[in-house]
Amino acid sequence: MNTTLYVAARRPLTYSEKLLEINWGFLLLITIIACAGFAMLYSIAGSSFSPWAGAQILRFIIGLGILVVVALVDIRVWMGLAYPAYAIALLLLVAVESVGHVGMGAQRWIALGPLQIQPSEMMKITLVLALARYLHGSTVEDISKPLKLIVPLAMIAIPAALVLHQPNLGTATILVLDGCSLLFLAGLSWWWILPTVGGVAAAVPVVWQFLHDYQKQRVLTFLHPQDDALGAGWNITQAKIAIGSGGFAGKGFLEGTQSRLNFLPEKQTDFIVTAFAEEFGFLGTVGLLVLFGTVIFYGIRIAMASRSQFGRLVAMGVTLNFFFYIMINGLMVMGLIPVVGIPMPLVSYGGSAMLTVMFGFGLLMSVHVHRQVEIPQRSSGII
Amino acid sequence: MPLFDRKDKSRYATFSRRTLLAAGGMTGVFAVLAGRLYQLQILDFDEFMTQAEDNRINERLITPARGRIIDRFGVELANDRRNYRVLLVPEQAADGAKASIQAVARLLPIGEHQQEKILHDVAENKPFAPVVVAENLSWDDFSRINLHLPYLSGIIPDVGETRAYPFGEEFAHVLGYVASVSADDMKNDNDPLLSLPGFRIGKRGIEKAFDEQIRGAPGISRVEVNAHGRVIRELSREAATPGKDIYLTIDRELQHFVSERLGTESAACVVMDTETGDVLALESSPGFDPNLFNVGISSAEWHELTTNDHSPLMNKALSGAYPPGSTFKTAVAAAAVDAGIAVPGYTVFCSGSLTLGNHDFHCWKRGGHGTLDLRGGIKNSCDVFFYETARRMGIDKIEAAAHALGLGAKTGIELPGERSGSIPGRQWKLHRYGVPWQQGETLVTAIGQGYVLATPLQLCTMTARIASGKAVSPRLVHSIGAQRQPIAPAAPLPFSADALAAVRDGMNATANEPGGTAYAWRITEPGFEMAGKTGTAQVRVITREERAHGVAKNESLPWKLRDHALYIAFAPVENPRYACAIIVEHGAVAAHPQVQMTRDILLFAQKRDVAHRTTAYPSTSADNRATGRG
Repeated sequence: MNTTLYVAARRPLTYSEKLLEINWGFLLLITIIACAGFAMLYSIAGSSFSPWAGAQILRFIIGLGILVVVALVDIRVWMGLAYPAYAIALLLLVAVESVGHVGMGAQRWIALGPLQIQPSEMMKITLVLALARYLHGSTVEDISKPLKLIVPLAMIAIPAALVLHQPNLGTATILVLDGCSLLFLAGLSWWWILPTVGGVAAAVPVVWQFLHDYQKQRVLTFLHPQDDALGAGWNITQAKIAIGSGGFAGKGFLEGTQSRLNFLPEKQTDFIVTAFAEEFGFLGTVGLLVLFGTVIFYGIRIAMASRSQFGRLVAMGVTLNFFFYIMINGLMVMGLIPVVGIPMPLVSYGGSAMLTVMFGFGLLMSVHVHRQVEIPQRSSGII
Repeated sequence: MPLFDRKDKSRYATFSRRTLLAAGGMTGVFAVLAGRLYQLQILDFDEFMTQAEDNRINERLITPARGRIIDRFGVELANDRRNYRVLLVPEQAADGAKASIQAVARLLPIGEHQQEKILHDVAENKPFAPVVVAENLSWDDFSRINLHLPYLSGIIPDVGETRAYPFGEEFAHVLGYVASVSADDMKNDNDPLLSLPGFRIGKRGIEKAFDEQIRGAPGISRVEVNAHGRVIRELSREAATPGKDIYLTIDRELQHFVSERLGTESAACVVMDTETGDVLALESSPGFDPNLFNVGISSAEWHELTTNDHSPLMNKALSGAYPPGSTFKTAVAAAAVDAGIAVPGYTVFCSGSLTLGNHDFHCWKRGGHGTLDLRGGIKNSCDVFFYETARRMGIDKIEAAAHALGLGAKTGIELPGERSGSIPGRQWKLHRYGVPWQQGETLVTAIGQGYVLATPLQLCTMTARIASGKAVSPRLVHSIGAQRQPIAPAAPLPFSADALAAVRDGMNATANEPGGTAYAWRITEPGFEMAGKTGTAQVRVITREERAHGVAKNESLPWKLRDHALYIAFAPVENPRYACAIIVEHGAVAAHPQVQMTRDILLFAQKRDVAHRTTAYPSTSADNRATGRG
């Protein structure tokens, strides 16, 4: 390990030093992925920057700014903000139940002046922070104690239940996956993990009873898309046609017929990868997966290099959150799981998701910049 | 690592292990995604590519131009004319479809009802699909729309093609007409063109009989469409094959002349070339305007056509079967000569009636004709002469002669709806009524009454055969495209030359000798004289009681009960070339003014020299070339 750097870290870094510490290669990597998104938004709009590509580029640039700012903030400050931020997000989640706007058939955001805040997106970040802070304070042995475990489980379950009630199955699933994976990484005993997984599997039929009709419909449609080839099954069928017809090398940029001729539903948001797969084929899409994989690889490396449990957990939380987006969206558009409203991070059109992802990467980068900072187990961060 | 406290060291170790496990899990998920991509994009590529192309490409039919119908001298009898119309593309109407339609309605007469119909069409179709607002506009109306176009949002002036019959009523029965495709039409015809909106097919006449050839074959335009069916661009185009032109044997001038001469009478007239069987004119009056059916006939017009007692929709020349009356005596005369009955010196005494069993058969002339030979029998159209001759000869020979002259069976003319008429005989009656033939019926048959029925076309064919001595058959179509229709050389008739000469001589006497029943309307110009035979066909039965009190005069009867007036003729008397048959329904007397028009018609045909004039048919050397218009 580089001692000079370590020694340097013993004293607080100046902002210019921190700027140099930011992994600019990582930023280049996510910019390349975002560019793939811009290209597709341009293509599906019929070779036009409006309505999507232009707005998306602007958002990404704003996102990069947020990323850098978040990265420069000391990791202990984020630790100190973890619980209050979680509390605010939770309050906002409750608030959307009463004043929320209905979009896509669900109550999901509230308007604060010109800003549209999606508390469920906010919760993805604050849950990671809050759990990381809680778990930072416990030893491996503590975590598996029932009384100690109740707190983080409640921290996961309460927002997840609220989001599910909106209803937003996709985000609720991601919250649960984020939270549980942090418990897993922090060292939750296999004696808890294995029975729980078994229990969940057994509970599926019970959960089915509580799903909304549209959610049930999605599952049924997924299982038998041909029964409703022109209705709800249309999405799945057309998405598969788009991907499959891309072939090995794709139809070529701006040559996708499925996406450009409007056969794809929600092509600019959840189904953008199908348009990409159509125009760039197997080669391009696997290339995109490799880029995603590289981002995740960087995330894991940053987590492993952090000297604080909080930093490690935040880094992995952010990375896993990113991964779960990719996994659910990828499996969904390729027809392997039912359709749930989860976008492809960095690529899909959409403001909230972009900000969440970039904020998350900001935290990841903060962990990287402050990797040498040691935080005592009893610390409650800097506020 | 001294830098970590002990507890954190164990946490780090656990974290590292678990992270490695998570990384493994993530790698697994990525492998699944890549595998799925491989399956969809590499293994199932062909299937999905096909489906994507099916999504994207729509094949649209291009309507072929309908072939023209042309007369023997090159006059177009049916063609396509420009159809000036106004279309509305609803999505381009800035203030809505309704406002645009009303704007057009201020410039063109479009009724409230019509406007509702257009709005209904708009609602039924996609917003980008053009809807017809008005069509078949005059140039003035069309110009007015074009002038106001800047203020008519969503309105598109368009020039389409529509079938036109320049001579209207004159050719209604020969050409027929085109009209929208009905469900019945689709049953036996799976040509995809039929399902095109606005497509027209032949419904009657030549248009129907040769629809397949005139129609042509569709072209295909392959267009790229989006998910809503909107056309994005054309990918390829295969031009339509235009329908073939049909060349008729008809002479438009003669047809026009005949049509004028028949006037408004319920009548039919056929003029034929006695050598070739070419039908030079075929008219049934009254007619109707075939253009009406193309643009859409109003219910009032349709009602008028279907309820008119002169049956304008019926082609009487071949769908009307009438008792031929005395014109049939020509056939009986020919049979009598060959049967060895009407030998030179053969005479019959006419006292005004002939008694057979307990029934009196009356001559049309109450006082009788006295002694007549065959020539006199024909010339005077003496009923008793033919009663007696037929009584001696028997029905079988009359039946055979009638068939030989083309009666009792369809002539095979290329028009739909032809009737075969009927020629009775022993077998025929037994088969039809299950009772044997009565001798009295032979007598009635001999004067063209009773069971005998013939169409004007058959009567004209019979006349042509008598005149030429050959078994000519009528035909209307000379060529389809450049392809000549085959024509079999006419066989000689099974009559002796003496028999035919005797009949022709009798017909000559009828028309050209004083006392002949058609002498009044003979052709006097030397070299153009015609020979003919009159006929009146009784429509009602005259009872014995009525005959005793005096037969009611036709003039006192309601129109529907009056006798039909008929006349058959050929000209010139020497080396005949033209045959003509005419019937005036309920014309009452053989000398009906319209019947007398035969003189004008045959004179016109001869002077125009229709049979010898140079025709304008496409040359046969072009037979192997692609036919039809360019």
